[in-house]
Amino acid sequence: MIFNAPEIDYAGLSPVIAMTTGLVLVVLAAVFDPVKRFGPALALLTLAATAGLMIWQWDNPAELVAGQLRIDGLAITLSLLAVVSAAIAVLLSLGDPAEEQAGRSDYLALLLGSVLGMVILAQATNLISFFIGLELLSIPLYALCGTNMRRRESLESGLKYLIIGSLGSATLLYGMALLYGASGATGFNAIAEGLRSGDGMLSDSLTLVGVGLIAVGLAFKVSIAPFHQWTPDVYQGAPTPVTAFMAVATKAAAFAIFIRFFLVALEPLADQWDVMLAALAALSIVVGNVGALAQTSLKRMLGYSGIAQAGYMLAGIVVATQAGIDALVFYLGAYVAMNMAAFAALVAHERHTGFSDEIATLRGLGRSNPALAWPLTIAMLALSGLPPTVGFIGKLYLMQALIEADWTWLAVMIALGSMISLGYYLRVVATVWMSPEGESGESGRTKSPWFLVGPALLATAATIFFGVIPQPLVEFAQHAGNAITTLV
Amino acid sequence: MLSSIIWTPLIFGLIGLLVPRRFVAWVAGLGSVVTLGLAIAVLIGWNSGGGMQYVTDVSWIPGLGIDYSLGVDGISIFLVLLTAAAWVPAVFFSATRGVEKSAGLYYLMLLAGETATLGAFLAQDLILFVLFFDLMIVPFYFLFGIWGKDRDGVKASAAVLKMIVFTLIGSLLMLVGAIAAGVIAADGGQLTFSIAEITAKGLPEGSQNWIFWFFAAAFLVKMPAFPLHGWMPDAYRAAPLPALAVFSAVLSKVGAYGFLRVVLPMLPDATELFQTTMLILAIAAIIYGSAMAFTKLDLRLILGFSSVAQLGFITAGIFALDDSGAQGAVLQMVNHGLVVVPAFLIVALIAERTGSEEIGSMGGLAKRAPVFAAIFLVVTMATLALPASANFIGEFYILNGIYGQSAALAIIASSGVALAAFYALRMYQRTMHNPLPEGADSREISLRDAVAVVPLVLCVVVLAFCPQLVLSGSEPAVENTVNVTLEGAK
Repeated sequence: MIFNAPEIDYAGLSPVIAMTTGLVLVVLAAVFDPVKRFGPALALLTLAATAGLMIWQWDNPAELVAGQLRIDGLAITLSLLAVVSAAIAVLLSLGDPAEEQAGRSDYLALLLGSVLGMVILAQATNLISFFIGLELLSIPLYALCGTNMRRRESLESGLKYLIIGSLGSATLLYGMALLYGASGATGFNAIAEGLRSGDGMLSDSLTLVGVGLIAVGLAFKVSIAPFHQWTPDVYQGAPTPVTAFMAVATKAAAFAIFIRFFLVALEPLADQWDVMLAALAALSIVVGNVGALAQTSLKRMLGYSGIAQAGYMLAGIVVATQAGIDALVFYLGAYVAMNMAAFAALVAHERHTGFSDEIATLRGLGRSNPALAWPLTIAMLALSGLPPTVGFIGKLYLMQALIEADWTWLAVMIALGSMISLGYYLRVVATVWMSPEGESGESGRTKSPWFLVGPALLATAATIFFGVIPQPLVEFAQHAGNAITTLV
Repeated sequence: MLSSIIWTPLIFGLIGLLVPRRFVAWVAGLGSVVTLGLAIAVLIGWNSGGGMQYVTDVSWIPGLGIDYSLGVDGISIFLVLLTAAAWVPAVFFSATRGVEKSAGLYYLMLLAGETATLGAFLAQDLILFVLFFDLMIVPFYFLFGIWGKDRDGVKASAAVLKMIVFTLIGSLLMLVGAIAAGVIAADGGQLTFSIAEITAKGLPEGSQNWIFWFFAAAFLVKMPAFPLHGWMPDAYRAAPLPALAVFSAVLSKVGAYGFLRVVLPMLPDATELFQTTMLILAIAAIIYGSAMAFTKLDLRLILGFSSVAQLGFITAGIFALDDSGAQGAVLQMVNHGLVVVPAFLIVALIAERTGSEEIGSMGGLAKRAPVFAAIFLVVTMATLALPASANFIGEFYILNGIYGQSAALAIIASSGVALAAFYALRMYQRTMHNPLPEGADSREISLRDAVAVVPLVLCVVVLAFCPQLVLSGSEPAVENTVNVTLEGAK
C-alpha cells in the first residue's frame, strides 16, 4: 500500500512555522539561565520573521493543509496588523509587574501563542480550523489577563474573561454544528455551495439559528453590543500591555474571520444577515459611545470606545462589497495606530502614578510630560475622527462604502456616534492640557523610558502620516478586499 | 502658488517650535506677513473675468476619488486676502502682550488655524473642503481652552467642549452629505468630488433636499446663526482676544462662503425650495442678534451678537438668489471681517485701561485719548453701517436683493440696520463718553498697538470710499454662481 502524504506548500505555511518555532524557542530559553533575559528579543525576532515571511508571500495566495487554511491578501494584511500590535505589546510589557510575576518567558510564550492563534484564524477557511484558531487565540489571553497575580482586579478580570469567553466559544461551536447539519460541509466554499444547492436551505430555520449563534459567538470576541458587558471590566482589570494587545490584535484577527466567514461561507444568505448585522452595528455605536461618557477610568473608557469602534467596523461587513472590506481593513489599520498611541502613553503614564488609570491623574500631563501628552492627545483626536488624522480618513472611507451601497442611515449613525464620542475623548484632552496650573498633582517633569515612549511616538507618527498621505494604507486595505472578491 | 499660501503659516508655526523662546513671536509674525505677501501676489496676478485661477489639481487619495484641488475666483480671493490680513494684527498683538505659557504651541495653533481657514477658502474638492472645515476648529479648541479664562463659573474647557461639539455635529453631517453628493452624482461611474463636476452632473431633486440640510447644519452652526448659536456666548467669553478676533472675523465667513461656493450651485433645486425658510431664519438672526447685542453689557457678547446679526444679513443676501444680494453679501463678509478684528483688539485695549470688559462700569476713556477714540469711532460707525461706510453699501445691496424677493422681508430686515445704530452707539458712548470711573485710566493708544490696529481700520476707510475694489472684482464670479443656481433650479 502506498501512503500519499498531502502536498504541503511550505512557502505558504512558513509564517505559521516561524511563529510556532519561535514560540517553542521562547519556552526553551526559559530553562537556560544565560539566555533567559533575551526572551523579549527572541519574541520580537519571531514576530519580525513572521511578518517578513508574510510580506514575502504577499502576492502568492494559496490553499494550505488540504484546504484548512488559505494564505491570501486578507489573511496577510490582518495578521500583519496583529503581529505589529503584538510587537508593540512586547515592548510595553518590558519591566511591567505582570511580566515579572508571571515569569517573563511564560508571559511571552502566552502572548506568542495567542498571536499564533490569530495568524491561523486569519487564514482559516474551514469550521474546524476556525474554531482551533479562535481557541488558540483566546485561551492564552484568559491567562494573560490574570498575570498580575498580586492584584485582585487582574485575577478577577482573567476569571471573568474565561467564563464569558467560554460561553462565547460554546455558542459559536453550537452554531457551527447546526450549520454543518444544514449544509453538510465544514469548508467555507463547500458550505456556500451546500446552502445554494439545498432546496429551501436559505430560509431553513436550522441554518438561520446556526448563523445567528455563530454571529453571537463572534460578537462576544469583538465586543459588539449587546454581547459587550465583559469588555470594560476585563479591559480595566487586565495588565495594561495585555489590554492594549487584546483591544487591538484580537479585533484584527476576529474581524478577519468575520469577513471571511460571512462573505465566503454565508454569501448566499447575505440578504438575511445584513439587516441583523446592521442592527448590531447601530446598537454597538450607541451603547459604546453612551457608555463611555460616564467613565472615570481611562481603560474602561477605551473599552467602551472599543465597542463603538467595533460597531463602525461591523458596518463595513454589512455592506458586503469590496469597498466595505477595504474600508474595514483600512479602519483596522487606523485603529491599531490610534489605540497603540493611546495605550503606550497610558502604560508609560501608569508607571508614574502607581498604576492608576483614572483620567484625573492626567491633569497637567501637557506640562509634566509632553512626550506622553501628545500621543494621547492625537490618539483621542484621531479616535473621535478629526482631521488631519487617519481616524478622519477611516470614517470617511467607511461612510463612502456605506453610502455607495445605499446604507446611508448607517453612515449617519457613524456620524452621530462620532459626535457623542467627542464628549469623552475631548474630556481627556481637556484634562491633559486645560487643567489649571495649581491643580497638577506632580510637580516638575517626568521622563519615561524609550521602550514606552518610542512605540507611542511611532504610533502617533503613523496616525498623522496616514491621515495626510492615506494612499499607502488604502492600497494595503485594497489588497485584502481583492482577496475576497476573487474568492466569491 | 495657492499651496504655498495655505502651508506657509503652518510651516512657520512648526519652525516656531524649534527656535529659542524669545524668537518664537518673530517667527510667527514673519509667517503671517509672508502669507499676506503671497496673498497680495496672487491678487496682482489675478484677473476678475478669468473664472477659477491658479488651479492646482493633483490626485490625493485615488482609491477614494479625492483630489487635492485648489483654485481661486472672485468670491474667494477677497476672503483669502481678508484671512491673511486679519492674522497679521492678531499675531502681532499677541506678540506685544506676550503669551503666558507655551508660546511656541500658541503660535503653532494660531498659524495652523490660518492654514486650515485658507484651505477651506481655496479647496475645490468637496471632501478637501470638509476636511479643512473640520480642521479649522481643532486649533481654536486648543487656543480657547488652554489660553482662555474661566469666567463666571463657566470653565474654559467646558465652553470649548460645547463649541466643538456644536460645530462638529454640523460638520460630520456635512461629511455624510458631501460623500453622498459625490456618490449620487457619479451614479456608478467614475467617482469624483470636484465641486464643479458634481454641479455639472447635477443631483436628483429628492437627494438635494436632505443633502441641503446636512450642509446647512454645518454652515449655520459655524456662523453662528440663530437658533444654532448656543455655543457662542460661553466660547466668546473664554477666548483669548487676539484668537477670538480672527475667529469671529474669518471663521464665521467660511460658513457663509460655503453656502455660496457649495450649496447654491450644487443644490439649486433645494436652494430654491428652501429659499424662504432660509430668508426667514436669516432675518430672525438679524432681529435676535441685534436685540441681544442691545441688552448685553459684556463687550465681547455685544460684538458676538452683532456678528450674529451681520451674518444674518449676509445669509439673507446669499439666499436672495439675486446678483445684487450676493454681491452685497460678499462685500459684507469682507467688511465685517475688517471691522471685527480691530473691534476685538480695541476691547483688549479697553480692558487694559479699565480692568473690565463690562460696559456698565466704564466711561470717559476718550478724555485723554482722542486718537484711540477716533479709531474706535470709525469701527463703530462701520458696524452700524453709517452711510458712506462700506457696510452701508453692502447692506444696501443686500436689502435691494431681498426686496426683489419679498418687500415685506426687506422691510423687516432693514429694521436691523436701525437696531445696529442702537447697540453700536450705546457701546461707544458707555466706553468713551461719560465721566471716567475711579481706577480707570484714560491713556492714548501706544504706537505698537496702533501698528496692529490702524492698518485694518485704514482698510475699512479705503473700502468705504472705493467699495468697487471688491464689488467689481467679485461681480463676474458672483453673477456666474447665481446664474448657475437659477438655471439649475429650472
